[in-house]
Amino acid sequence: MKIEEIRDLLNAKLLTGEDLLDREVFSACASDLMSDILSYVKKQTVLLTSLTNAHVIKMAEILDVTAIVFVGGRTPAQEIVDMAKKMGIAVLATEYTMYEACGRLYSAGLPGCTRES
Amino acid sequence: MTGGYYSIEQVFHVKAGDFASAGEASSQIKKILKQLGIDSTLVRRVSIAAYEAEMNLVIHSVGGELKLKVTPQSIVVTAEDKGPGIPDIDLAMQEGYSTAPEIARELGFGAGMGLPNIKRCADRLNIQSKVGEGTLLEIYFDIKAR
Repeated sequence: MKIEEIRDLLNAKLLTGEDLLDREVFSACASDLMSDILSYVKKQTVLLTSLTNAHVIKMAEILDVTAIVFVGGRTPAQEIVDMAKKMGIAVLATEYTMYEACGRLYSAGLPGCTRES
Repeated sequence: MTGGYYSIEQVFHVKAGDFASAGEASSQIKKILKQLGIDSTLVRRVSIAAYEAEMNLVIHSVGGELKLKVTPQSIVVTAEDKGPGIPDIDLAMQEGYSTAPEIARELGFGAGMGLPNIKRCADRLNIQSKVGEGTLLEIYFDIKAR
């Protein structure tokens, strides 16, 4: 699923990553626990979270996350967005809650990340 | 440097409670491994383990060192601190067990998955700890011949 499609399905605002809109992700991971994210996220994944601190971006870089969606109407500080921009990670913000955002992406055919063995 | 005969060692100092710069050592480690031409799946495993180990130093220790050692055969990430030490290592290795303070939990850490995650990423793990003295965590990764 392309980032552009994710943006449209979630009615999301693209905060950075205009040049990444046609990049493809093959799975999604949703959590507010850093270690869960670290154990589940695969490559070319979109991460859904309501955590908006800088650690999310640092972790996304470690994990090669393609895009981050901040759910529930949360918008990160500009410096967080700038960090992601520097790392080439797309950042989106949606008003949908975690449950609804996940449901929309899943219904559209985007599978979840399962833990790597 | 693919297939070259390199051997590097680098030490990063990690400060206790310094959440602002936490993660920088692992980010550096990832860059170094990429530059060495290490396979990207392995780079990812090492980076995740290094990140968890670095966060453990920040959250739990009085401060310590994260060390990266790369040879043509293996990658070793070492996290060493001067305390406070882990009273029960078996318990600390259990998924979900955490002693992280509130300040770490607010940021999303402290799910009790750190050490189990490290173990899952690594080929081998050595952990030694003594209360009042410190903890030594050695994380080994094999570089498979291609």
